[in-house]
Amino acid sequence: MEKTNKMTKGTVAGIIANLVFVEVDGPVHQNEICYIDLEGTKLMAEVIKVVGTQAYVQVFESTRGLKVNDTVEFTGHMLEVTLGPGILSKNYDGLQNDLDKMEGVFLKRGEHTNPLEDDKKWEFKPLAKTGDVLEAGGWLGEVKENWMPHKIMIPFKFEGKYTVKSLTDAGKYTIHDTIAVVTDEKGKDINLTMIQKWPVKVAIKAYKEKPRPFKLLETGVRVIDTLNPIAEGGTGFIPGPFGTGKTVLQHALSKQAEADMIIVAACGERANEVVEIFTEFPELDDPRTGRKLMERTTIIANTSNMPVAAREASVYTAMTIAEYYRAMGLKILLLADSTSRWAQALREMSNRMEELPGPDAFPMDLPAIISNFYSRAGFTYLNNGESGSITFIGTVSPAGGNLKEPVTESTKKAARCFYALSQQRADSKRYPAIDPLESYSKYAEYPELEEYFRENIDPEWPEKISLARDILIRSREVSEQINILGDDGVPIEYHDRFWKGEIIDFVILQQDAFDKIDRSTSLERQKYMLNWVLDIYHTKFSFESFEDVGSYFKRMINQMKQMNYSEFESDKFKKNEKELNSLIEERKAE
Amino acid sequence: METKAFQKIYTKITQITKATCSLKATGIGYEEMAFVHGRLAQVVKIIGEDVTLQIFSGTEGVPTNAEVIFLGRPPVLKVSEELSGRFFNAYGEPIDGGPEIEGEERQIGGPSVNPVRRKQPSEFIPTGIAGIDLNNAIVTGQKIPFFADPDQPYNEVMAMVALRADADKIILGGMGLTNDDYLFYKNVFDNAGALDRIISFVNTTENPPVERLLVPDMALTAAEYFAVDKKQKVLVLLTDMTLYADALSIVSNRMDQIPSKDSMPGSLYSDLAKIYEKAVQFPEGGSITIIAVTTLSGGDITHAILDNTGYITEGQLFIRKDTDIGKVIVDPFRSLSRLKQLVIGTKTRADHPQVMNAAIRLYADAANAKTKQENGFDLTDYDERTLNFAKDYSDKLLAIDVNIEVDQMLDIGWNLFNKHFEPAEVGIKQEFVDQYWPKN
Ligand SMILES: Nc1ncnc2c1ncn2[C@@H]1O[C@H](COP(=O)(O)OP(=O)(O)O)[C@@H](O)[C@H]1O
Ligand SMILES: [Mg+2]
Repeated sequence: MEKTNKMTKGTVAGIIANLVFVEVDGPVHQNEICYIDLEGTKLMAEVIKVVGTQAYVQVFESTRGLKVNDTVEFTGHMLEVTLGPGILSKNYDGLQNDLDKMEGVFLKRGEHTNPLEDDKKWEFKPLAKTGDVLEAGGWLGEVKENWMPHKIMIPFKFEGKYTVKSLTDAGKYTIHDTIAVVTDEKGKDINLTMIQKWPVKVAIKAYKEKPRPFKLLETGVRVIDTLNPIAEGGTGFIPGPFGTGKTVLQHALSKQAEADMIIVAACGERANEVVEIFTEFPELDDPRTGRKLMERTTIIANTSNMPVAAREASVYTAMTIAEYYRAMGLKILLLADSTSRWAQALREMSNRMEELPGPDAFPMDLPAIISNFYSRAGFTYLNNGESGSITFIGTVSPAGGNLKEPVTESTKKAARCFYALSQQRADSKRYPAIDPLESYSKYAEYPELEEYFRENIDPEWPEKISLARDILIRSREVSEQINILGDDGVPIEYHDRFWKGEIIDFVILQQDAFDKIDRSTSLERQKYMLNWVLDIYHTKFSFESFEDVGSYFKRMINQMKQMNYSEFESDKFKKNEKELNSLIEERKAE
Repeated sequence: METKAFQKIYTKITQITKATCSLKATGIGYEEMAFVHGRLAQVVKIIGEDVTLQIFSGTEGVPTNAEVIFLGRPPVLKVSEELSGRFFNAYGEPIDGGPEIEGEERQIGGPSVNPVRRKQPSEFIPTGIAGIDLNNAIVTGQKIPFFADPDQPYNEVMAMVALRADADKIILGGMGLTNDDYLFYKNVFDNAGALDRIISFVNTTENPPVERLLVPDMALTAAEYFAVDKKQKVLVLLTDMTLYADALSIVSNRMDQIPSKDSMPGSLYSDLAKIYEKAVQFPEGGSITIIAVTTLSGGDITHAILDNTGYITEGQLFIRKDTDIGKVIVDPFRSLSRLKQLVIGTKTRADHPQVMNAAIRLYADAANAKTKQENGFDLTDYDERTLNFAKDYSDKLLAIDVNIEVDQMLDIGWNLFNKHFEPAEVGIKQEFVDQYWPKN
């Protein structure tokens, strides 16, 4: 949009909650941002529908006190984020306002804060040379952001090829200093700084190709890594009734997953859960680098009491920031809790606009919106041959815990890993409550990943995993039969089979997210423990009565849990292991 | 009734429905308050010159030529120390015969706390009830409801918790409270000599239901005054939030909005979250803790009100009658305090989390044994022992008439483990077993 164009203005014609009708005096475009003047306070709003000379706008703030005839100014652009060094470790709201820069205890309407620092000097190091020809996303240089090399790139909005005419020397610069001059294909020179803007609803496509994911993303959560692995650049979702552990699981992933950067979008959920991150992450160590977790984390907080319309913006803001860092060749993990709140915000607005409702009154195009969003994740090869990835995991909060509802069903079509949290498991405190049999990872079946497992974990890994699954299935089957026929109505072998599944459940699947040691398990240790439970599975035991079976296996489980609670291969671990060995000898059949 | 010179007065109503009326007016602010025929009303929709008002006490008898006076401001409450010890209706008007409150006028339903200005809650609130302190410890700044069938003594339990919690102010928001329950609260607070630190905003069953919609915001505006301005520890009691949600659905249905599940408005989650998220711990020491009651409709735990509440609050406390021991207990299965891990094992004894989990696991085994028994199967020795354990556990720890310190609760737990089980069956970390397993 050219600056010479006279900006469109308007006046408020009607108000229903945060839906406002604006009579406009010129052209407006869909999703354009405007500001409504409420006695000097500028309320930000987005055009969501246009009928004749009336623009329907959703306001990102409370409309209390707004009057008909209040004036509106249109900006000519869509909702944009500012991209540049300084994003890492920030706490933003859904519209990228820096929450720490806001004054006072309460959020003030119309307060907008700078997402970056104007005066801070960054240590710049050129990467490109004069004469280099680059495209959008091409690396000109880098600055150290915390400890990460933050690439300064040709802006994503630039089309075609650009020749580097000049580049500043290494040194300290602010984000507004010119660090390069590039020449476009028509010979026009353009000065570049360290920052650029991008509209959040549009995917950044500054990469060469997006292959199928082919590597494991380690999370330290056993039921994920071992049984339902997620790939780097993959997508997954966690549906579950309230209280079944969605947020605890996401927090565990954000602490432990092997990624360069974590972006957490707290979308329409509890403020205290974000406070937990604010409070703990600056203190907690990143197990891989020894630095503080906050140094690799950015938080986008639009909690349930913050403006409903900004929930949608918050997930897009988070995704756009993830795409920006992916273009630097980094490995990003993006988490959103909960995507259902975003869908509900869409529903509230669609109802207010009296649109024809789809299932459960959600908008008709909900499935398309969700799959479009998930498709922005992925592993990418950049134009310069480097690679970067966004792994995305969202939670879903199904109404009444019923998985046959529109958000869950739409997400199931879009995401490749399904981590179903079961109420029953949560009730019996079998955490994480991921149902091992309902859940799946489509990546586990990718030949690329199978190859990766054989090479990097164990040549027999895929077979072992499918055996572990079979054991769990058979255990569940016999448990149903025992329930019908009674403990003594089935052969003793049935009890043996049942308990061998329980061992996998207690030792591999269950994991205490609040225990210093148990909460994160290295792949090596996961392999070690899986081999243990499979060895036990292959061992024949002799029992006189079914009552012996349960109490014997319980002792075994107890012993192995003590192992889980001890440092891997420590004396304590080995001592428990020795006791486990002698326990096995007690009943080992010939 | 306050009327001032600058207020706009109209006398021509163009449309009347059960809960709303419309008229032509200009210069009106969204959510502005007005008097329609002497009744308090609020602007809910403006389209050009057509302004729609929601009349809190209903539209019965409102004539088309009724006087409509716009007040030029959203709903407000006057706040000052004078609020202490007083009883108000949903509009914040005294109902105890005392004088009007002098103080600063504050808009109710005001802005949210910036999340980075919050502090992580970390102060344990002991209640003496093991079903809460042992299994579902609550902390200042938390929001947690009791989920209960309408015939359970939830108001009694809540009053007990409120009085035992060491709060500077207790603010009662009563919605659809029966007169008897209202008097009950008044009585217990009085008898406890606590009246001067209690503030009540009450809508009883005798008042129009839509008025209830103002109660939580009134109570929480008062709470914010004491927690922010006076840095006090404030406990807010909201009962019954199901009746609040019912009032929401009355309004939205009358305004022809598309209902979602259980004929609740599609915005129910956001509406409830705005209330509950007022719970907060401030770094300067002030806090707002919300304990609410949500009654079940026909025992339906998937009902939209309960479901949305569960997604918003930091846990829930299910109370029910345990027929085996004939007492009301806090059910350990469905109950949850999401903030308990901030205090248990650190602010309380280190064995707390493990004792809690082990006992609940054994209680779950007892539930399985019971199903077996009911299906006519023989019980094993272990089954029998879990059943005996469950009875003891329910009686000595889960029952709401328990009133002891956390250390005692833990000791009782260990004694029950010892009485019924071997250490391996209990599955607690060896170091705790070594330290606490009773030696006999
Ligand atoms: N892995 C886990 N280990 C131990 N406790 C857990 C675990 N996951 C969940 N919990 C318990 O369940 C509660 C609810 O979990 P949360 O993640 O907040 O649920 P949701 O987000 O699904 O509503 C937590 O407060 C905690 O007590
Ligand atoms: Mg959650």
